[in-house]
Amino acid sequence: MIEFRSVSKQFPDGTLAVDDFSLTIPSHRTTVLVGSSGSGKTTLLRMINRMVDPTAGTIEIDGVDIASLEPVKLRRSIGYVMQNSGLLPHRKVVDNVATVPLLRGVPRKTARADALAMLDTVGLDRGLADRYPSQLSGGQQQRVGVARGLAVNPNILLMDEPFGAVDPIVRAELQQELVRLQSELGKTVVFVTHDVDEAFLLGDQVVILEEGGRIAQIGSPTDILAHPANDFVASFIGADRGKRALHVERHDGREVLVDSDGRLAGVLVGDAAPGQVGVPR
Amino acid sequence: MNIFGDALNWIIDPANYSGPGAIPMRLLEHLGFTFLTLLVASAIAIPFGFVIGHTGRGRGLAVTTSGGLRAIPTLGLLTLVALWIGIGLGAPYVALTVLAIPPILAGAYTGFEAIDRGAIDAARAVGMSEVQILTQVEIPLGLPLLIGGLRSAALQVVATATLAAYVADFGLGRYLFSGLKTRDYAQMLGGSILVILLALALEGIFATIQRVVVPRGVASTRLLVDRARPARPRPGMEPAITKGNP
Repeated sequence: MIEFRSVSKQFPDGTLAVDDFSLTIPSHRTTVLVGSSGSGKTTLLRMINRMVDPTAGTIEIDGVDIASLEPVKLRRSIGYVMQNSGLLPHRKVVDNVATVPLLRGVPRKTARADALAMLDTVGLDRGLADRYPSQLSGGQQQRVGVARGLAVNPNILLMDEPFGAVDPIVRAELQQELVRLQSELGKTVVFVTHDVDEAFLLGDQVVILEEGGRIAQIGSPTDILAHPANDFVASFIGADRGKRALHVERHDGREVLVDSDGRLAGVLVGDAAPGQVGVPR
Repeated sequence: MNIFGDALNWIIDPANYSGPGAIPMRLLEHLGFTFLTLLVASAIAIPFGFVIGHTGRGRGLAVTTSGGLRAIPTLGLLTLVALWIGIGLGAPYVALTVLAIPPILAGAYTGFEAIDRGAIDAARAVGMSEVQILTQVEIPLGLPLLIGGLRSAALQVVATATLAAYVADFGLGRYLFSGLKTRDYAQMLGGSILVILLALALEGIFATIQRVVVPRGVASTRLLVDRARPARPRPGMEPAITKGNP
């Protein structure tokens, strides 16, 4: 469990990126921080592994104040995946994945074998192990980034817009892959994105942020979509328009769903059984 | 009378290959002087350059200082130091070290600055210590530009090291100064040619090193791009659709 307690961050230039932010992030679930730029979402994420230190407030992981932990040691125990993969260009794929285990003193041979196994986990061919990152596609690089993040088998995985820089088709693939991985591994995932669709697809708990890290709403995707807390949330998630604002029309005795632009979204096949709507897994 | 012919004759004259002031000895002196100067300049400039490149601080100071050092006329500095510490090799070492520092310093910190910030940020975020970031990420990736700085420093030092003979009986510059005094222009030109050849040889060696130290993953980007996109269309690559399609 990760707990933010009244956390603020003021940068040296005076910008207040996060103001009095409190949040509990449950273990073994995916929490998505979603907001537009300037909402402080990346700053919040980077506070968890002390890449950014708060100017006020405390952050606890399983009851331990992380300010009391050594940053380098803390970071080695937390998986980190970033946009544009952040792989080391002069190291082969397998060595990139093995980076952190080697730093933690795992013998080279074991680290390499584990890294190869990790490539299987993220759905990469072992034949790519001896390639350099520049020889891979964007999607493959992101998979290697995820493999590196998981290599030390961390409890916590931080993901900073990891799929932001790949094309929509590959992004959809990677998102499905993450859903599959998470159902197998059950990590405490903290995921940052500006994409509401991505947030609703991946998040068990979605946190919608306004400027300065103010929480507009916290809840499951269903909660938020069904009961947007205010106009900001409603407009941010697009509940009032497009493919999220559906209505029923009758057509030849069948009920069809039509979105606000008049496009067909699907067919109503009956009432959902209780419990079917909601968390997708 | 052909002065170039005379100079070449002077270079190959066996009489110049034995006794005091023989060409091989002068060459070795010149080369040794160059290397020692580069070594001392590196010992001063590289740590500073790494600190500037790693922290991103002090760059303005480095640029100003380098600019200032570059503006100092080497002969003037040499004379000044020689007047201060006396005749001998001390003054040339000081003057040429000052000459060599700016390019090495610039090579060291620009090498770090050219690295993708994302890679360094990620290295830190996954738990590399600052020393590990330096030794495992920044130095290997910044090395080609550092070698580039050393290369231009070496070129300047090897050419300017002729000035060492101004205050000491030392190096290839001796042929220039004594040739000038005795109006032996063949010897003067011969000495100059030797300096040029030495400079070219060093340039070749450093160019090779610079190519070799480019990390493989970085070098392969270029290969990959080259292969993926032919620089110009080759015959047979034009679309065949023009045929039979009026």
